Amino acid sequence: MITSLIYLAVLFPLAGFLINGIYGRKIRSEKIIGIIGSAAVGIPFLVSIGAFIESLGLPPDNREIIISLFNWMNAGGLNVNIAYQIDQLSLIMALVVTGVGFIIHVYSIGYMHGDKGFWRFFAYMNLFIFAMMNLILADNFVLLFLGWEGVGLCSYLLIGFWYDRKFEKSTTADAAKKAFIVNRIGDFGFLLGMFLIYLTFGSLNFNDVFSRASAFGVNETTFSFIALFLFIGATGKSAQIPLFVWLPDAMAGPTPVSALIHAATMVTAGVYMVARCSIIFASAPVILSLIAVIGLLTALFAASIGLVQNDIKKVLAYSTISQLGYMFLALGVGAFSAGIFHLMTHAFFKALLFLGAGSVIHAMHEEQNIQNYGGLKKHMPKTALTFLIAALAISGIPPLSGFFSKDEILWYSFSQGNIYFWLIGVFTALLTAFYMFRLYFLSFEGKERFGNDKHPHESPAVMTYPLIVLAVLSAVGGFVGVPEIFSGEHGNFFHSWIAPVFSAAERKMSLYGFHTHFEEILLMVISVVGAAASIYSARYIYLHRIKLADRLSSRFGRIYGILLNKYYVDEVYDKVIVDPVVKVSDKLFWKIADNWFIDGIVNGTATVITSLSQYIRKIQTGVAQSYALIMMAGIAAALLWIIISNL
Amino acid sequence: MENNLITYLLALPVAGSIIILYLKKDNIIRYTGLIFSLAVFIISLVMYFRFDPAIDGFQFYHKTSWIGNLNISYQVGVDGLSLLLVMLTAFLTPLTLISSWSAINKKVKEFTFFMLLLEMGMLGVFVSLDLFLFYIFWEAMLIPMYFIIGIWGGESRIYASVKFFIYTMFGSLLMLVAIVWLGVYASGVLGYFSTDYIELNNVAPGIAGTMQNFMFLAFAFSFAIKVPLFPLHTWLPDAHVQAPTAGSVILAGVLLKMGTYGLLRFCLPLFPSASIYFAPAISILAIIGIIYGALVAMVQTDMKKLVAYSSVAHLGFVVLGIFAMTQESIQGAVIQMVNHGLSTGALFLLVGIIYERTHTREISKYGGIAKVVPVFSFALLFASLSSVGLPGLNGFVGEFLILLGSFKSPVLNSWWYTVFAASGVIFAAVYLLWMYQRVAFGEIKNPAMKDIKDMNKREMLVLAPVFIFIVWIGVYPGTFLKVSEVSTKHVVNKVVNNSINEVGINAD
Repeated sequence: MITSLIYLAVLFPLAGFLINGIYGRKIRSEKIIGIIGSAAVGIPFLVSIGAFIESLGLPPDNREIIISLFNWMNAGGLNVNIAYQIDQLSLIMALVVTGVGFIIHVYSIGYMHGDKGFWRFFAYMNLFIFAMMNLILADNFVLLFLGWEGVGLCSYLLIGFWYDRKFEKSTTADAAKKAFIVNRIGDFGFLLGMFLIYLTFGSLNFNDVFSRASAFGVNETTFSFIALFLFIGATGKSAQIPLFVWLPDAMAGPTPVSALIHAATMVTAGVYMVARCSIIFASAPVILSLIAVIGLLTALFAASIGLVQNDIKKVLAYSTISQLGYMFLALGVGAFSAGIFHLMTHAFFKALLFLGAGSVIHAMHEEQNIQNYGGLKKHMPKTALTFLIAALAISGIPPLSGFFSKDEILWYSFSQGNIYFWLIGVFTALLTAFYMFRLYFLSFEGKERFGNDKHPHESPAVMTYPLIVLAVLSAVGGFVGVPEIFSGEHGNFFHSWIAPVFSAAERKMSLYGFHTHFEEILLMVISVVGAAASIYSARYIYLHRIKLADRLSSRFGRIYGILLNKYYVDEVYDKVIVDPVVKVSDKLFWKIADNWFIDGIVNGTATVITSLSQYIRKIQTGVAQSYALIMMAGIAAALLWIIISNL
Repeated sequence: MENNLITYLLALPVAGSIIILYLKKDNIIRYTGLIFSLAVFIISLVMYFRFDPAIDGFQFYHKTSWIGNLNISYQVGVDGLSLLLVMLTAFLTPLTLISSWSAINKKVKEFTFFMLLLEMGMLGVFVSLDLFLFYIFWEAMLIPMYFIIGIWGGESRIYASVKFFIYTMFGSLLMLVAIVWLGVYASGVLGYFSTDYIELNNVAPGIAGTMQNFMFLAFAFSFAIKVPLFPLHTWLPDAHVQAPTAGSVILAGVLLKMGTYGLLRFCLPLFPSASIYFAPAISILAIIGIIYGALVAMVQTDMKKLVAYSSVAHLGFVVLGIFAMTQESIQGAVIQMVNHGLSTGALFLLVGIIYERTHTREISKYGGIAKVVPVFSFALLFASLSSVGLPGLNGFVGEFLILLGSFKSPVLNSWWYTVFAASGVIFAAVYLLWMYQRVAFGEIKNPAMKDIKDMNKREMLVLAPVFIFIVWIGVYPGTFLKVSEVSTKHVVNKVVNNSINEVGINAD
């Protein structure tokens, strides 16, 4: 049984982290460090494949297996194990994380070549995979949270990897800190969610909680609160409104990090978590609708910013936020399977886009402004071709992977949501196709707009092979999820594979609704034609009429400015939240309340006692005459009192 | 042997301190102090391995009559609530002695002498089962600390040590009055004056309403100063900043725990109805401490002061856990006392290590030192993450159990406590990571930072055991949680059962 060895998939990355982390500085040879780092992810990939194959041999309802290692926390009613749950959902995630992770590790051997922190980079990357595997394989909320925070830590370390470099207006360390803190705000919600789950169901183990959630007569308000708290956690990790602000800054890290953590895996943790808790969310329809709306708004909002950004990684970052929005839209309309499907295909093509961008940045000596690119196809054909495939995939052009997954989401947003969801979704898809091809044409086609000091060249094989593998996956990865209208009732492999995980949730939601195949095909045709038109207009503007773009941006200067400055969200957060909190803490809490008021009372008490004593001290003059005088006065007073009382 | 273990535990440091008085060479004094404190640690380990966590009651119990007329006795013993703190004390003392190896180079004899006496005082507080004896230790431990701050401290050490002494003394006088009152009250019920904790445990909960509240307050006030609970905390930043590194480590690591330990050992079991009555108010103060402490820590410019204010926040969690009065939260509070001793102890050690090299604690003077001192920077990050409560490290276990327990607490009976307290996890990340960033990341601007030396072997030796326990508690807290399980159950049952009739709270 390979399944029972699944803990190896967690331990190997940990071992890789420890070996490279402790001895990396002494190993020196980049080759050895790279091989250790990559093998630490490659072996888990093989284990995951083995477990997957074994699982295929089991009947669909018996595919959930729990491998328990040891007892972690046991206090009062809480009993949490370090235990891994293998089922259809976690296997998909494990395959994506280790598979894409392995490819990116290999690519990094080339990309990080010559960096002083080479060993440190691979150590952190392995630590990330370790945390991510815990997150997706956990059989309980607390272990999931361990992974959840662990990936946040690795994200922090890797964003700030070049900790002495400048990044935009500040430093990479600022970006790293921002990522960690914004994520912590989400974690705060996640923690409260866990507490409420424990209070309601008396356990934090998935199986206990989910079986009780579908059986217990818990009222909808409680479910809504749980779902809301958990979703707050998801908005942090998966960069949704209002907590998306850290992801664009996270681009300060090395590009493979952006590919692995901030595109393919970590940022999808929120999507995974909501899918994992599908029964809870299905029991809270109000929150489910909220998720759909937030997802949709985030998708649209981020795509609109992506239209005007000039930094190649920034465009991709907003594109990631936008695509994550799609996944939440899917979850929000109850199409959990579609959300996970898009998570998978997105991991392929977005990782490819980032790695392609890395290849370009490498060739252009750290230049990231696409206005200074142009005509790169000639110099780096493999990068250009694979980038084109990914761009077509994300734009939803059939039969590439993005077409199947995005279309499934759009269809469910109509059939289980409403026509407005679909309209905004399609509109966002058009924007996506447009900005992706704006990026493609400005970078790879047209005239060269860089100086003679740059000599772009194709990247070495260790970087281009990963691109090719991902390009193949982006191209054909969608065929595991061909819609039923084309493939017959059980022809959608992905859907029927993962369906048992969501069956309880789907029973609870009892989604009825009748739609014809004609509608489905009609909507599909509209979105594909729209995307194609978008691509064509991007080609027209950025290849032939580049002045038109300038004219448009000056004509709509205000809107352009707002988009370019990302709706000023960062500035607003700074002014409304960050600055006041720091000011109040400094001026009011520390200087006034603590130093002046509280400590003033403490020291004041001491001063009052000291000065009172100064007065009382004067009685002790040491002059015998005054003592005698006071004594006489006392005797006289006593005598007087006796006389008066005897009268 | 078994019954005298605790007596050896208390006698060893005293013996060591007396021997030291006759020694001359600094290094021999240092080694002698270290050997005695290590011997104490070994005894505490023996106690851990012989301790039976299944027994409900005191172990290694020993009683000898002391002041016969008043039935005051030398009575000691440990249970699941005190054993871990005894171990923490015995664990930290040798480490602080090693850490002062080069930092303390004048009056080494006096320093080692006071450190050993301090250890005896702290251990005495945790093992006393007679209120009178407890009070003696409680006060006795102030004296060595007063000298440690006052002699080896920073610039305004006199102000800080006097403030520390008088502040704490003021609180303990109230406790003394309450102890005498309790003894007299006991004589009314038992027929004889008694300060025996075990006897009072049966008697004191019967004290009628208002009087019980007064008694509770007298004890709680004294403990709250020690914790310190907001707004009684202003002695702490001064004492911490002025104390030498060893003093700060012991102060944060052990002394503050005496306050929370007192609340748990005396206030809850002796005055159960009053505890429940005051639980919301004290929890609110604890939560104010969590948020306020964190926010004030955030804006500090002095590293040591930042860590000092972070203690106010962390101890707020412990107090909240105690007054939530659930199995989870109290076990969390006990482990969090240990955690705070480890993580904050480590942070103070690290600040001390870098201060020895740069002679500044101003955060703004640093920047970019990750390049120059990678090992130190890693250690600082590790200790910060432990303090932030990153899962997998120790801080998480304590905070999580406390928050989980207070969320379901029938005594507090409201989500809001936990909602506000949990916001502390955000602020903790803010102030520690911000400090870390300003110290370790960025470019080196201050030329004085360009050639500082990284940690040496001795300093690594001090931190290594602390880090091992930080990971151990994070990954396998069972070793420590099982110790406090039965004793915690005992306290929870006692408090909640005692009050079901009076206040009408539903036991879970």
